Amino acid sequence: MTDNNNLVVYCEFEDGRVADVSLELLTKGRELADKLGVKLEALVIGDKLDGIEEQIFPYGADVVYKVADKRLYPYTSNPHAAVLINLFREIKPQVCLMGATCIGRDLGPRVSSCLHSGLTADCTQLEIGPHKDPKTGKEYEELLYQIRPAFGGNIVATIVNPECRPQMATVREGVMKKEIFDANHKGEVVNLDPAKYVSDEDFVVEIIDRHIEKSKVNIKNSPIIVAGGYGVGSRENFNLLYELAETLGGEVGASRAAVDAGFSEHERQIGQTGVTVRPKLYIACGISGQIQHIAGMQDSSIIISINNDPEAPINTIADYVITGNVEDVIPKLIKYYKKNSK
Amino acid sequence: MSLNIIVLAKQVPDTRNVGKDAMKADGTINRAALPAIFNPEDLNALEQALRLKDANPGSTVTLLTMGLPRAAEVIREAMYRGADGGIVLTDRTLGGADTLATSYSLAQAVKKFGNYDIILGGRQAIDGDTAQVGPQIAEKLGIPQVTYAEEIIELKDGTVTVKRRLENGVETVKAPLPCVVTVNGSAAECRPRNAVRLQKYKHAASVSEKASKSPEVQALIEKRPYLTIPEWSAAFVEADPEQIGLTGSPTKVKAIENVVFTAKESRRLDNNDEQIEELVKELIANHTIG
Repeated sequence: MTDNNNLVVYCEFEDGRVADVSLELLTKGRELADKLGVKLEALVIGDKLDGIEEQIFPYGADVVYKVADKRLYPYTSNPHAAVLINLFREIKPQVCLMGATCIGRDLGPRVSSCLHSGLTADCTQLEIGPHKDPKTGKEYEELLYQIRPAFGGNIVATIVNPECRPQMATVREGVMKKEIFDANHKGEVVNLDPAKYVSDEDFVVEIIDRHIEKSKVNIKNSPIIVAGGYGVGSRENFNLLYELAETLGGEVGASRAAVDAGFSEHERQIGQTGVTVRPKLYIACGISGQIQHIAGMQDSSIIISINNDPEAPINTIADYVITGNVEDVIPKLIKYYKKNSK
Repeated sequence: MSLNIIVLAKQVPDTRNVGKDAMKADGTINRAALPAIFNPEDLNALEQALRLKDANPGSTVTLLTMGLPRAAEVIREAMYRGADGGIVLTDRTLGGADTLATSYSLAQAVKKFGNYDIILGGRQAIDGDTAQVGPQIAEKLGIPQVTYAEEIIELKDGTVTVKRRLENGVETVKAPLPCVVTVNGSAAECRPRNAVRLQKYKHAASVSEKASKSPEVQALIEKRPYLTIPEWSAAFVEADPEQIGLTGSPTKVKAIENVVFTAKESRRLDNNDEQIEELVKELIANHTIG
């Protein structure tokens, strides 16, 4: 049917829209496929997939595989895993990328377990490079370097899967950049017969009820982020951050410590286990700057750190450091913004 | 209906509270500076298991952990909170395992354990944050999985109904038993230790631990079988040596680097009105805000 050894991106979609994380992976996948000299293939599994390829081709996919069946949407583990397992046995991709989402992190391990292929979760960088096995001395020319933080973000590990295929990796939303490859790019659409890839017995888990809301929080695309850490002290004090964010036209983010302490919701978490952001202005309030947090915001254009500890680690990467209490400094910022903006 | 419930738990270094002394000068991790704790989401899983036991009298909750012999600590902790006992899967040959080799080894232990109705575990462990072992065990056992569980709503007629917490919402699913359910940190917190159970189980010890106990405690452990925490080896669970430990791991660590961020030249401001107004004016002037 087709050639083997390509790079496949598993594309998620909701309400007929391909997820941002999948488009980000297609962008990255295009770059990696070019380095490897192979095709970039997208795989979409679900229902009502007519025209879905129009959203995918501009990101550079050479092939879009579609597997459509009413029972394949919404996502459940076994049927989607069965499609990937059976399809991969046939098309033998060398790399498979998926979002580190509730779906990707449920699906990836199941597929990798069955195919006995390695899977690296939550990669922050993907590259192609050579590898020499230190034990056997065997050399590999073009492996996928799966680079990810480990140990709570205190170290970064480069992982390779020398022998097993596909080399599988998941990546969180926002980590890779989404870029149109060519708005007029067209590829091949391959409609696969679901009956060939998934059997009735795979539909074991029944969805009884489902409430998915459009995320109210859009920190990833906000040009201004006011983020709070454990040092903010309480959920009540977070209201000050909301006030500042509203005044400046920004969003409120939080560190993992603040989320763990219940000051803020998980969907606002910034860092390696949350969202990666690159705003124009990042105001870090009472954030000490654990590595895993800094990794998720260090590319912000301007960083202001407000902290009563002049030695807080985050201060080293900040453009402006204001030493003081969050509850003293924020009202001043609001006051002088209101005074000076027209 | 009485249930055989397995809870997968892991003893992990507390990576959430990494202090300044956690990294050595050469950039490697000073493991001694990180306390070993019960993986937080495994405690959420334990609570769900104990609720099932409460609702189904006669049920047993058995912890299964893989690690060093000292991992018996998490089993004792679980016993103080309501678990019936546990097993430590420990063997030098299991060391260096990636998630796939780990899940294979644990799946072998589950097969050895035999009769089970449901397997619960935390969504992920804080030392790796991969969330892979639960689904991989489910696949190895050929049973369904329900991940990101926030609450077990009902278990009856050979099925379990689970509320899942997803990125932008919730989903309620019904899965046939046996299955693997991985529990989210947003689920109910685990109940605290029970003083009576603490007294009853404080001398519980694994085989390796027992050797270093006083003769009196050793005698007590021999007299009361529930105080022995079994240790299972790779051979005991009939694990294929090719599929465990470093050998059985398809992923290899090529390099480890300490994280270094490029420091910027920061401007230091005091918390006074003049300096803050100056900053705001500057940000407005260069169109960062406004």
